Amino acid sequence: MRNQRLLGLIAVGLLSTMIISVSASQKSFAQSQVTLNGAGATFPFPLIDTWRVAYQKVHPSVNINYQSIGSGGGVKQFTAKTVDFGASDAPLTATERKAAPGAVQIPETIGSVAIAYNVPGIPTKTLKFTGPVLADIFMGKITKWNDPQIQALNPGTSLPAANIVAVHRSDGSGTTFVWTAYLSKASPSWNQTIGASKSVPWPTGIGAPGNEGVANAINGSPNTIGYVELNYALTTGIPYALIKNAAGNFIAPSLNSTQAAVTNSPIANSLPAGDQTWTKVSLLNSPGSNTYPIATFTYLLLYKDLSTNPRLDQTKAKALVDFISWAITDGQKLAANLGYVPLPAAVVKHDQDTLKSLTFKGTPLFTGP
Amino acid sequence: MLLIGNCKIIIAVLYDCRGVLLFSQNLANNVNKKLSSFFLQGKRRGDKIFYIVTIGAAAYTLLMLALIVYTVGDGSQKIFSFEGIKFFTGTNWNSVEGRESFGALPYIIGTLISAGIAVAIGVPISLGIAIFLSEMASSKISTPLSFVIELLAAVPSIIYGLWALFVFRFWILNLIEMPLYNAFGQSIPFFGVTPFGLDWFTAGIVLGIMIIPIVSSICREVMRAVPNTQREAAYSLGATRWETVRIAIFPYAKSGILGAAMLGLGRAIGETMLVTLIIGNAIGAAAIPTSLFSPSQTLSSLIANEFNEASSDLHLSALIGLGAVLLIITMVINIAARLLVSRMVKVSAGVKE
Repeated sequence: MRNQRLLGLIAVGLLSTMIISVSASQKSFAQSQVTLNGAGATFPFPLIDTWRVAYQKVHPSVNINYQSIGSGGGVKQFTAKTVDFGASDAPLTATERKAAPGAVQIPETIGSVAIAYNVPGIPTKTLKFTGPVLADIFMGKITKWNDPQIQALNPGTSLPAANIVAVHRSDGSGTTFVWTAYLSKASPSWNQTIGASKSVPWPTGIGAPGNEGVANAINGSPNTIGYVELNYALTTGIPYALIKNAAGNFIAPSLNSTQAAVTNSPIANSLPAGDQTWTKVSLLNSPGSNTYPIATFTYLLLYKDLSTNPRLDQTKAKALVDFISWAITDGQKLAANLGYVPLPAAVVKHDQDTLKSLTFKGTPLFTGP
Repeated sequence: MLLIGNCKIIIAVLYDCRGVLLFSQNLANNVNKKLSSFFLQGKRRGDKIFYIVTIGAAAYTLLMLALIVYTVGDGSQKIFSFEGIKFFTGTNWNSVEGRESFGALPYIIGTLISAGIAVAIGVPISLGIAIFLSEMASSKISTPLSFVIELLAAVPSIIYGLWALFVFRFWILNLIEMPLYNAFGQSIPFFGVTPFGLDWFTAGIVLGIMIIPIVSSICREVMRAVPNTQREAAYSLGATRWETVRIAIFPYAKSGILGAAMLGLGRAIGETMLVTLIIGNAIGAAAIPTSLFSPSQTLSSLIANEFNEASSDLHLSALIGLGAVLLIITMVINIAARLLVSRMVKVSAGVKE
């Protein structure tokens, strides 16, 4: 009985010492550490995570905590001011901008969509498609691989007489948003019946969760076609197709052809200011002989006056602006290895202008060039 | 004289001692009464505390149910005021801004048919396992086998989903779906769609496999609880093994087996991640299956798919509305099961002709 009591006292003593020491160290830890909390799109998560590690080597006191809960979740948390910054694949709609007044959008990287297929006997980068044909395939109007429209685009390839199984994303996703935006532009009947959004009512085909699910579904069964994130197609070796661009050439998706889509786009030279609407910014079907017709920005969301977010104080706001300024310049060097398209110089300059406009209670925060 | 005086003193002292004794006895009695009443009250107090704690636990369950119903009802208010009763009968699912239209009918159908196949496949096999383990196997076989089955019941359902996605789907595709499609695909539209392996049929089969361990464990326990006298009576009348099971075990175990089947059905209806991986995830009107090999969608898998990225209030409310529909379906099934079980219990158990 006495031994038990003694043991109990020792256990309580140890526990309390542990708790006190941990909380004390946390307090001292917190005083020197700045943690920036962000949430949003899953697409840039690998890039942001790489930035987190690389930036901590340059600024050891800054830690970035990014939760990839999806663009919708990111916009919600950003509007509710429960995070320091948000991230979204799609630009803020008019309703969202009204709900979050003073929001600015800063493109952090560029993404694209590749068409992956699995037709036995046809290697990668062989099949050619146009936007309207792809829209008809995903609408279910073209059902067989040896349909005359597909055959006409691929005269030298022998296509099987099998049914096409179109694979789409079952979860809401920024990739779907870009893809359906492209199809809406390419096909008026797609635009009328289905439209562009992060999740749409697909008339036909199989849905799979995530890029991995789509790739798995395509790899697992023959005669399938689907859309995946560009970096995913480049790093996994899944066969992908060439798409006709505005100049009439069939271009394969790559970092170069996607970057060309941004630099050659007329909108790239007249991007809206950070605090205006970006819904008209479209990098689809950009001119140029070697541009890939599908490209999109993915955005970081901040408030123009960072003090309106009660989570931020002057130090944190400065740290956030410094981090973003690093990410759009030095951080872009890490993008290509992960399959992300680095921002062209004009867009970087534009982002820096937006950063210059950010203030904290009137004091501008940006100290870069 | 001195002697009488001494005796008087002695008697007086004795009287005093008696008085003291009486007094101390009285005191002890009083103290005893107070102590025992305190301890008895303590026992009663402890009993009362125990009573309150258990009532609290039961109230917590009711409170959780009330909170869930309130949250789901509150969150789905928007979609029900937008769509009304059409939410239950509509087939659209459009979240594009400006064209919003949501209807849950395809997913209700998908949930019910995949759970239906699961129960149709799972319950008979579970019954067979339970009969084998309780009636026919020697304890050398039945003990390790029941252990393995309980282990299977503890396997998380997403592992079944992964296994189905990477392995089982191809078995079903190549061994069942392709032959059926090749043989009947052109003539019977029910087998008409090109099989892909990711459809409500595969989902139903895998759900059935998933509920077998649980349903069979419960059935086995229920059958083992049937008194041996019933079995002995049946055997002594010359019944075969199957007849014994039919006339001596089933009447007793009926309500328990039905309860186990309802539990399996409830699990199959509520299963989320497993279904999301293998049901093919069609949306809107395309989710109403036209053939055995059509992709489909269930209520819970649609919620799991879209909740992350749903940003517009109406879309979110529509997903919570799906949750409300699922809650209603579950409640209806539970009430029906209860009614069925109570009606069966009214029929007396015993050896029947």
